Amino acid sequence: MQKMKLVVVGNGMAGMRTVEELLKIAPDIYDITVFGDEPYPNYNRIMLSPVLANEQTIDDIILNTREWYAEHNITLHTNARINKIDRKNRVVYAEDGTSAEYDRLLLATGSKPFMPPIPGNDLEGVLGYRDIKDTNDMIAAAKKYKHAVVVGGGLLGLEAANGLSIQGMDVTVIHRNEWLLEKQLDKTAGIMLQKSLEAKGLKFHLSTNTETIIGDENGRVKAVRFKEGFELPADLLVLAVGIRPNFALAESAGIHCDKGVVVNDTMQTFDPRVYAVGECVAHRGISYGLVAPLFEMAKVCATHLANFGIGLYKGSVTSTKLKVTGIDLFSAGDFTGDEETEEIVLHDAVGGVYKKLIIKNDKIVGGVLYGDTTDGSWYFQMLRDGKPIHEIRDHLLFGPSAIGDTGHQGQNQASLMTNEMEVCGCNGVCKGTIVKAIQDQGLFTLDDVKKQTKAGSSCGSCVGLVEQILASTLGGGYAPPSTSKAVCGCTDRNHEEVRAEIRTHKYLNIPDAMRGMGWSTPNGCATCRPALNYYLLSTWPHEAQDDPQSRFINERVHANIQKDGTYSVIPRMYGGVTTPDQLRKIADVADKYAVPMVKVTGGQRIDLLGVKKEDLVDMWADLDMPSGYAYGKSIRTVKTCVGSEFCRFGTQNSTQMGIDIEKAFDHMWAPHKVKFAVSGCPRNCAESGIKDVGIIAVDSGWEIYVGGNGGIKTEAAQFLCKVKTSDEVLEYSGAFIQVYREEARYLDRTVHWLERVGLEYVKQRMLEDAEGRKAAYERLLYSLQGSVDPWAERVNNRNKHKEFEIIEV
Amino acid sequence: MSNWVKVAPFEDIPKLGARVVRTTNKDNVSIDIGVFRLEDDRILAVNNSCPHKGGPLSEGIVYGDKIACPLHSWKISLVDGKADEPDVGETACFKTKVEDGVVYLKLKS
Repeated sequence: MQKMKLVVVGNGMAGMRTVEELLKIAPDIYDITVFGDEPYPNYNRIMLSPVLANEQTIDDIILNTREWYAEHNITLHTNARINKIDRKNRVVYAEDGTSAEYDRLLLATGSKPFMPPIPGNDLEGVLGYRDIKDTNDMIAAAKKYKHAVVVGGGLLGLEAANGLSIQGMDVTVIHRNEWLLEKQLDKTAGIMLQKSLEAKGLKFHLSTNTETIIGDENGRVKAVRFKEGFELPADLLVLAVGIRPNFALAESAGIHCDKGVVVNDTMQTFDPRVYAVGECVAHRGISYGLVAPLFEMAKVCATHLANFGIGLYKGSVTSTKLKVTGIDLFSAGDFTGDEETEEIVLHDAVGGVYKKLIIKNDKIVGGVLYGDTTDGSWYFQMLRDGKPIHEIRDHLLFGPSAIGDTGHQGQNQASLMTNEMEVCGCNGVCKGTIVKAIQDQGLFTLDDVKKQTKAGSSCGSCVGLVEQILASTLGGGYAPPSTSKAVCGCTDRNHEEVRAEIRTHKYLNIPDAMRGMGWSTPNGCATCRPALNYYLLSTWPHEAQDDPQSRFINERVHANIQKDGTYSVIPRMYGGVTTPDQLRKIADVADKYAVPMVKVTGGQRIDLLGVKKEDLVDMWADLDMPSGYAYGKSIRTVKTCVGSEFCRFGTQNSTQMGIDIEKAFDHMWAPHKVKFAVSGCPRNCAESGIKDVGIIAVDSGWEIYVGGNGGIKTEAAQFLCKVKTSDEVLEYSGAFIQVYREEARYLDRTVHWLERVGLEYVKQRMLEDAEGRKAAYERLLYSLQGSVDPWAERVNNRNKHKEFEIIEV
Repeated sequence: MSNWVKVAPFEDIPKLGARVVRTTNKDNVSIDIGVFRLEDDRILAVNNSCPHKGGPLSEGIVYGDKIACPLHSWKISLVDGKADEPDVGETACFKTKVEDGVVYLKLKS
């Protein structure tokens, strides 16, 4: 079949991102030709400021090399500005005489600096700030001249001014407004910013309007005169008063434009063969000048170019950071507010910290952070997700509780870290390595950074730091991922959608579920298969088919794989109580199989480490004890203290309570591991405060706490309720776990799920809806009905489980 | 010199699963080979050691024609033994065939 012809006009970030997305999903349907009017292949425009500030070179910021175009059989014409589109014959013509036919055309002509109609704006030494040429011209001018004036105190103007100042020029910024960055900052933050920039050596004239630009005898700029009646010497004048979508080409071809190329939610223009993305576009009346929205558009556009007909772009909420080293500011959404909004403000003028959040109807609608922007991404995420804030309102301004974060030297503010400091303690990744990878490899998303550098890809405790580094390196280019993201690359559906469809369509096995939901891969991947398997089993207990090949090895062989490929064996000891007989048996087995290490676990059990896979079944047979499930996304252990049976402080029989819970919920699979503890009094020797469900006995009954975690990030469990009897403990904690099993995303611990749905929701389900609670508890018991000990099952059916045997040849 | 050796009945290798074949190399050192069965019943074999930290690939999750290592989730192609980008590494591949319902493995001399 002959390939269709795709012509891309515009070799910038939006156009090429679309091509990259297209190549990912449909590499073979087009012959692609790209026209760019600059002499360079696609480069990272948002890194021009670091180039001007001597932090990067042009080579560093190239995103797609010429070799890349060649490798993908893309014809690239640089230095070729398209000046005519013949839509009838479907041909584009470049100024240099080149032409190309198209079946589909993608316009990504970007924007251009707005040159205000000031007399003298055509003099030599008067520049906009848009591309590599402007940047090089500025660097060259800085070597020769002294005085620079930047007109425009917006993001671009300030970044230009900062760069020129680093290049050694004497820089004055002229701004029309009363304060800097009025589109991103309120007055308070604007003044703080001005002070910091003044400390770096920049000068400012605010509320000032340019009247005329004065040239010398050679036609080069010499000075600028202002309407306020004064003049400044200027050997270089940068006009950074805004950008305008560049849609002249589209307009000349008769494509409907209104302050930009008008597109619908599929990025299609009024000519169905012509698509447009990026800064040249007017989507729902809005044009974007930041990179994050462009990438969202690119993704949507690519699915339509690939003929998938899916994906809608519905506009973007944007956030801003200023890429001036040493200055931290962040703003997003509506940061001014009106009579219907509330403000939460923290202002420490001496400490240089200012935080303002705008709240409307219990949701964050905007905010400004200055000086301490650590939590910017967190707020922005809540803004985008429309998360209610009343539960955390009293400490909202202090950010997500970072107490107990481990593995990165107690650092929570990336900007305070030096390049040599370790960010990711699991994989040994330093800040400098991350910054370099973002800059050199052109990374834009958290996933990319995790993949390329491994930082944050293991335990995840440093993800917040990595995100901060990414945000401050990219400036306006960064958009945090929405919390509702696709399960994996095999599907567009998020976890909730997958669960809902499994329920609605009653899928009972993975192939049916994948077919029904249109999985894009034949049998998924190592991320989605375990999730699907769990969702099927938890939604349709006793009916859905368990697929061992979609389980992680530990759950497949009911033992925990170790770094050398051996396994650990932990038998069940209900409530952590054992007997001399059990201990003798364990000792005998350890001797017989020459177990290299015998260790007591954190959950009060005995761990036999270093066992060969082929010995597992024999060992289980000799032990004759049930599996301790220490390897699964499942009920793990119920940790107990000695309680009222022996302890002189114990108020209830916490040991027996623990045994009862562990027996009742034995064999229970869950989205992630589930740990319980029961303490006999508030001294809490069983550490109930950091368990998924922690129970604390008091004289008059039992207190139930939920959502604690002693792992990566220490989280104290929250008080759910107090009950009188041990039966109630079983019912309430069982119902809680069942709702978690039914509603959390796979690999969510209870704390993550609680964070998302809120304690109030859980209280409503558990406390206000007694029937619902009882029904949930019944569903848990039903799903556990008739479950068998997996070790005994393997021992009794050796022939069925050949995977434990090695084939010797 | 190389030779085909009989491994196991085809049915003994689970779909989207693997078995471990233990043999010795020319220096008489024991090596493990992972023999994998894809969804389309193709049988592929690689040295059972992840290029990252030596994880036993046979214990991973098989999907498409790849295996996700059980230790740190590196993705290794069962077709050419190469790690998925951005990871870099490679493990050796072995030829396989199925005749009369029996799986054979071609061992290097």
